[in-house]
Amino acid sequence: MPVIEVDSLHYTYPNGVEALRGVSLSIERGEFVAIMGENGAGKTTLIKHFNGLLRPTKGCVRVDGVDTREASVAELSKKVGLVFQNPDSQLFSETVEEEIAFALRNFGFSEEVVEKRVRWALSLLGLEQYRTTSPFLLSGGERKRLALASVLAWDPDVVVLDEPTIGQDYGQKEKLMQFITQLNTQGKTVVVVTHDVEFVADCNPRVVLMAAGKIVADGHAREVLTNPQLLDEASLLSPQVAKVLHHLSDLGAPSSVIDLYEARDVLLRLLRRRGV
Amino acid sequence: MSLSFLEGLQFRRMDSPIHRLDPRAKFVIALSILGYAMLFTEVIPLIVGFAILLPLVFAAKVFRMWVRTIKGVLVLAILIFAINWLVTPDLAMAVGLALRFVLLVAAFSLFFLTTSPDDLGLALEQSGVPYELTFAFTTAIRFVPVLCREAQTIVDAQRSRGLELERGGLLKRIRNYLPILVPLVVGAIRRSVDLAEAMESRAWGVSEKRTSLYRLKMRGRDYLAILLSAAFFLLAMYVKLLSNQPLLPWLL
Ligand SMILES: Nc1ncnc2c1ncn2[C@@H]1O[C@H](COP(=O)(O)OP(=O)(O)O)[C@@H](O)[C@H]1O
Ligand SMILES: [Mg+2]
Repeated sequence: MPVIEVDSLHYTYPNGVEALRGVSLSIERGEFVAIMGENGAGKTTLIKHFNGLLRPTKGCVRVDGVDTREASVAELSKKVGLVFQNPDSQLFSETVEEEIAFALRNFGFSEEVVEKRVRWALSLLGLEQYRTTSPFLLSGGERKRLALASVLAWDPDVVVLDEPTIGQDYGQKEKLMQFITQLNTQGKTVVVVTHDVEFVADCNPRVVLMAAGKIVADGHAREVLTNPQLLDEASLLSPQVAKVLHHLSDLGAPSSVIDLYEARDVLLRLLRRRGV
Repeated sequence: MSLSFLEGLQFRRMDSPIHRLDPRAKFVIALSILGYAMLFTEVIPLIVGFAILLPLVFAAKVFRMWVRTIKGVLVLAILIFAINWLVTPDLAMAVGLALRFVLLVAAFSLFFLTTSPDDLGLALEQSGVPYELTFAFTTAIRFVPVLCREAQTIVDAQRSRGLELERGGLLKRIRNYLPILVPLVVGAIRRSVDLAEAMESRAWGVSEKRTSLYRLKMRGRDYLAILLSAAFFLLAMYVKLLSNQPLLPWLL
């Protein structure tokens, strides 16, 4: 049974904006999915359906087989942890540890478990030294990590991240990517909303491409991100590696490679064949 | 939980006889209804107040937004009703006080829905209010939509962390709002600092004597609106005196 199942979902905001127009999608346990698409495509609206923050105008969303209309946001959030784009829209506690404990207490864990989970989450994201610091004194990257820690603390089956790489410098992005990939290899279902093609090219997940409230493509990153028509439709640029190979296509370079190391191998092979 | 009712306080650029009135005239209309509402606690005159307001709302073509604002403050109105009913077990009075509150909001909602922040600023400036104050006021109004959107995002983020606003006793429920209020206020302060820096770097306040491209001018219809409002209020006062009751039942 898929852990998240979206069936011809339509959603219209109260002000009349039709943000989703017939989206069907099914995410299996342990999958790594990147939802991509230009601004306003409806990505955030879609993931807000995964924990019941928004309820379908038409169609149906099931989490673990349960219709989201039949469960509370709190119940659904315990299974599907949403990390919002801007950490500042959730940080409010006096200390970092309180911030992490907040959700744990809301979900009714015993104080013993809360203590254990807080310690675990702090070390997971390298925030131990800030345990009693105010969240407002942390740097942008640290605040982002704290927001992530505060969600991972309750160990949800599915982690959904909205634009995690926005506003991060290259080093932070690299670390975050490693961390997210690691989460997935440890068995967690990970959904990342992003329009960072390089990030996706590095992780090589399943890509769900959205445009104007609909899914326009769903497949391997290497297929979707090397399809010029699709990229154009979703206003994305192709990854740099694919671009380089595209410009070398007259040398016989394949066009469906997005991974840097794979590209290097391909190019080396080409050069060797030419006797360089 | 949805905060969409706050949208009911937001101006949309439109054209209607009410939109075209001078902001000062519109303000006098709202004031006259405020004065009227303050005179009465009885249900019937307050309903008459609504009956007078309603045609204006339709003329302004803002009925849907106006209703949304009223729906939004209904909770507060019920609270006012409940408290008054508990304190003085006078049902009619409690209903009247709640209605009076709704009428006030309804009148000023019409004013804000039909007056652009720019016009409001001009009106204040031309009435001799210092520009700094005018600017602060109009900026505050302009930022209402931003604040609304942000509040909704914060509510969503905290609900995703298991916060249930409608759970627990009264005290717990009040405390439930802390995780919403803190990020909202911190964000607002941060933004105001940014705004101040941006304005200063664009030399805000350098010219001593500001001039405006547009100037508001009262016309015949504006004077007429003011006259009618004043007449309406005086008539209400006369009726009130005739009915021989204390003039101002200032209960809440
Ligand atoms: N709270 C809201 N009220 C009304 N319209 C909204 C709201 N949030 C988003 N929208 C609109 O819905 C559409 C999809 O938005 P969103 O899901 O945020 O897109 P994305 O995350 O892909 O950038 C956009 O047209 C946006 O303007
Ligand atoms: Mg978004």
